[in-house]
Amino acid sequence: MSAPLIEFRGISKRFGAIHALEQLDLSLHAGETVGLMGDNGAGKSTLVRIIAGNFQPSTGQILLDGQEVHFSDSTDARDRGIEVVYQDLALCDNLTAADNVFLGREIKRGVWPFQWLDYGAMARRSAELFAELKSETRPRDEVRQMSGGQRQAVAIARTRLAQSRIVLMDEPTAAISVRQVAEVLDLIRRLKDQGVTVVLISHRMPDVFTVADRLVVLRRGNKVADKKIADSSPEEATGLITGAIETA
Amino acid sequence: MSTLPPPGEPVARLDLFQLISRWAAPLFLLLLILVFALLEPRFLHPLNVLNVLRQVSISGLIAIGMTFVILTAGIDLSVGSLLALAGLVCAWVSKGGMGDRFALGAAETVGYPVYMAASAAIAVGLIGGAIQGLAITRLKVPPFVVTLGGLTAFRGAALLFSGGGPISGFSAEFTWWGQGRIETVPVPVIIFFVAAIVAHLVLRYTPYGKHVYATGGNARAAQLNGVATNWIIVSVYMMSGFFCGLAAFLLSARLNSAEAVAGSGLELTVIASVVIGGTSLFGGIGSIFGTVVGALLIGVLTNGLVLLNVSSFIQQILIGLILVAAVALDQYALGRRNAA
Ligand SMILES: Nc1ncnc2c1ncn2[C@@H]1O[C@H](COP(=O)(O)OP(=O)(O)O)[C@@H](O)[C@H]1O
Ligand SMILES: [Mg+2]
Repeated sequence: MSAPLIEFRGISKRFGAIHALEQLDLSLHAGETVGLMGDNGAGKSTLVRIIAGNFQPSTGQILLDGQEVHFSDSTDARDRGIEVVYQDLALCDNLTAADNVFLGREIKRGVWPFQWLDYGAMARRSAELFAELKSETRPRDEVRQMSGGQRQAVAIARTRLAQSRIVLMDEPTAAISVRQVAEVLDLIRRLKDQGVTVVLISHRMPDVFTVADRLVVLRRGNKVADKKIADSSPEEATGLITGAIETA
Repeated sequence: MSTLPPPGEPVARLDLFQLISRWAAPLFLLLLILVFALLEPRFLHPLNVLNVLRQVSISGLIAIGMTFVILTAGIDLSVGSLLALAGLVCAWVSKGGMGDRFALGAAETVGYPVYMAASAAIAVGLIGGAIQGLAITRLKVPPFVVTLGGLTAFRGAALLFSGGGPISGFSAEFTWWGQGRIETVPVPVIIFFVAAIVAHLVLRYTPYGKHVYATGGNARAAQLNGVATNWIIVSVYMMSGFFCGLAAFLLSARLNSAEAVAGSGLELTVIASVVIGGTSLFGGIGSIFGTVVGALLIGVLTNGLVLLNVSSFIQQILIGLILVAAVALDQYALGRRNAA
């Protein structure tokens, strides 16, 4: 197997007395989709936020392309090609789809301090991204009025702006209708087609078992399984999550 | 928003209500102008029109700064007090001290040039705004509380600084900025409209403006996307302070005097202008155009009722009712938009 794209060695995270993650080792390889499962409070979001640079681990090392890295915030991680779709999507409802896609990375013209927004270019680029994702979201629509699936598309399109290599998705299908879930799973397949490494956190077995290549299960901050999807089953995964099966 | 529904979904009918609520304030302003013009011929006389605009320009300038603040879901209650403090400092610099504070006429003043007096006023505003912005972001005290503190503290500072009395009698170059005219249009009116246009362009077409809207819409999301939300928040209070300083300079020039009680209660007129203009107190929604309309609406209403000899108590009642009606309309329209 090729060298991992990103590797975690002995990562722990404590919040006071709470041990959110314990001595976690994990490798992610280029182009694979990893399903990350676990009960509420298992440490999934904490792991995502460490990879994304929002949290610093209490102990342990992160290696990107074999080199140790320290992310002090999310822009740091983003500069290294790591993008996140947050559980709540982190969208500004009062702005348009294109505004949200480019938030914090606007296309500008002119010279500082006389810089203005290139709305045309941002709308065109957003439209391309939505087309790539086969989403019907229109760049100039206000996000407030969008369906759950369209909102996901906006959050995912944002991850495609830069040459991102790793996209972390925290429960993208938790709060949307069944029809929209299919839409989001399609979006994930598009990312995969483009060679992006995806970490998909989900409570829904069908999501993980249809799109993921590998299954990682966390229980109370410990990694209790890390295996190919083909070698596992939804029954086993359920047992691992609840603790009925110790490890696998 | 004039947007088409996505293909495959039912075509929403043109929402007439949305359209009306969006244009309610400008329409109401036009209606008021029409009614006053019919009832009182003097109302549309050019001198009266310029008079209304001149009266609006001071609170209007501060309302521009307040729009930035309210767009971030903040509020600045300190504007009236900061105006007074900045006005006194401005007057003090212009006179070169307290020595001849009551001297009328310009010839014998030993003070500093106008640009220095104006810069001093603006500097006081910027510093006052920065202190409040930092208290909000660093100490995590809500804007309402911080600026309520500013409202009393700046007023106290103004009283302390002035020793209670006014500072009056400036040079002709100084008073020109408040009393002068360019082609019959009062100077403060020109400054107000230029400032409004610049502020509009900044909010709509610059990354900074976008970040102000984003911070008000969803501060956490903006931050996760790399927007320096703390800096944005500090900057909007500085923006508000800047306009307080500018307005303080123009007001002192117009009145040929500065005093510690200037601008008492001004925050209410200013906030009313912004809110009547459709800017949401919850942040993220609003415009400078709306604020200009809101400021004009209050100015026109006050002036028209004075011309018609209506009691000023009734004016206050009316402005209060319009304020609540404007917000009720916006809330209702927003509810419909969210449901769409
Ligand atoms: N910012 C935080 N401060 C304190 N405790 C936290 C924080 N974030 C998460 N935790 C705790 O860490 C544990 C793991 O949480 P989390 O990673 O959100 O779990 P999951 O996403 O798997 O449901 C929980 O016990 C949670 O209460
Ligand atoms: Mg979670």
